[in-house]
Amino acid sequence: MAYTIVEENCTGCCACEPECPNQAISEASNGLFVIDPAKCTECIGHYDEPQCVAVCPIDLTCIIDENYPRYEAA
Amino acid sequence: MQTVQNHTGAESAGVNAAANVDEIMQKVAEHKGCGTSGGSGKASCGSGAGENDLPPEIWEKVKNHPCYSEEAHHHYARMHVAVAPACNIQCNYCNRKYDCANESRPGVVSEKLTPEQAAKKVLAVASTIPQMTVLGIAGPGDPLANPEKTFKTFELIAKTAPDIKLCVSTNGLALPDHVDRLSQYNIDHVTITINMIDPEVGAKIYPWIYYNKKRYTGVDAAKILTERQLQGLEMLTERGILSKINSVMIPGINDQHLVEVNKAVKSRGAFLHNIMPLISAPEHGTVFGLTGQRGPTAQELKALQDSCEGEMNMMRHCRQCRADAVGLLGEDRSAEFTTDKIMEMEVNYDLDARKAYQAAVESERQAVVAAKQEELQTLAGAHSDIKMLIAVATKGGGKVNEHFGHASEFQIYELSTSGAKFVGHRRVDLYCQGGYGEEDALGTVIRAINDCHAVFVAKIGGCPKNDLKTAGIDPVDQYAGQFIEQSAIAYFKEYIDKVAAGEIEHVAKGDAEIRQGALIAA
Repeated sequence: MAYTIVEENCTGCCACEPECPNQAISEASNGLFVIDPAKCTECIGHYDEPQCVAVCPIDLTCIIDENYPRYEAA
Repeated sequence: MQTVQNHTGAESAGVNAAANVDEIMQKVAEHKGCGTSGGSGKASCGSGAGENDLPPEIWEKVKNHPCYSEEAHHHYARMHVAVAPACNIQCNYCNRKYDCANESRPGVVSEKLTPEQAAKKVLAVASTIPQMTVLGIAGPGDPLANPEKTFKTFELIAKTAPDIKLCVSTNGLALPDHVDRLSQYNIDHVTITINMIDPEVGAKIYPWIYYNKKRYTGVDAAKILTERQLQGLEMLTERGILSKINSVMIPGINDQHLVEVNKAVKSRGAFLHNIMPLISAPEHGTVFGLTGQRGPTAQELKALQDSCEGEMNMMRHCRQCRADAVGLLGEDRSAEFTTDKIMEMEVNYDLDARKAYQAAVESERQAVVAAKQEELQTLAGAHSDIKMLIAVATKGGGKVNEHFGHASEFQIYELSTSGAKFVGHRRVDLYCQGGYGEEDALGTVIRAINDCHAVFVAKIGGCPKNDLKTAGIDPVDQYAGQFIEQSAIAYFKEYIDKVAAGEIEHVAKGDAEIRQGALIAA
């Protein structure tokens, strides 16, 4: 699975963007942030916990995206 | 480096002064506890500090800084640019999710800017408001959690507007990592928000921090935070960078503890302590707002500030402004400078014109001081234990020059035989909007200044005059257009003479409410 950002909770603070080890997070045209599911690895192999979840100041903003299967580390 | 060379003479003096850092910090450390000894006729220090109260090196750094000097804030303006929205800690009194253009509190902002947009905005504002002397980056979020955006902004502004002083406000978690860079950019003022030095207290204020790629919670989080904050403060002191400490007074959580915080930060060289009341209106959606955590009353806040005053300078004029506030404190003009409007503005940054304007401000400022000194002579030898508060309606320049009905805040002065000492301000709803009185609004005004014996105004209508009298507050319009402190001392002299002659009886006033609502933008 990948993580996704709940748009109505995102404040556009950009705390997550520089923390993502995969450059999966970018700013959308509305100033809020989005995660590219193709690049998200849930930080497996990098950190103990997903960095977007760890750094986001608003609870339940970075959540698991049920639409994408779990990333398999090579 | 380029940015350093571009700075003004005053800031170069700051650089030279930094070479003698031990000497300066020694002077800061020795400077304490003035203002409470009555009868000397000496103005209080802290937020009301004047040239005679501070070492010259320190005075030179703060004299035109509205956020550091209560006296300067009547004359000089500041602006904040919101370029750094990310944050690395969560505070129970903060919620950046909600924003309203009419709302004035730390953390709210209507739009965030890129460093390039911020530099353009600074030039646009500085060419419109010549008394704008200070640029701060104060969030929303923590500027040092976004170091690249913060430092890029400082770099651009130092190049384009070299006379503007730069400062930064931080929660301190990332501070030790950036002190050297702050020093490089010639930032000689840093504000650190420190609400506790006891992690048990901290756990009630901070649900989590993000540090070294990990989220920490509870006491562990607070322990790391306090260690980093105090380490950062010590590092700033070692480098001769002035540090102001902000603390949020949260009744029942850290109100008593802030006395300990005050001692801890003073011993590490902090220059000024600003204890602010908690803002916790439920509609702001903060944790404290939702759990019903109350803020302090005016009397509680003043008592805590007074109890810390013997230890170090206290600041009392903070407006807890927006993270994108522009203009004089208490008079937010941010709505005039939105990105759309700035892009259309023709910018003519005329350094000489700004200097000329500021020289005029300086001479007006000297006149205020001279008038106060002259009036103080009349109190020489007067003996009275009476201390009383008065509220003043002013729109700047250190004068009684605002109509009662147009005041969106009142400045509060404590009068005694030592003179008139600024002790704070109170926000109110406008009593008169569109030319007619609003009964409910008058009630909120009276509750906000209920601890005052008098209110000084430029003008006041018959109805509110009578209602104020009924509430035991003397409406005084005889000093319209005159200097505040001079007028206040004259009023006090007359008052104690009347009390001595038995014409009036001095009675103590009650407590007052700190209004938490929005400050209506100009």
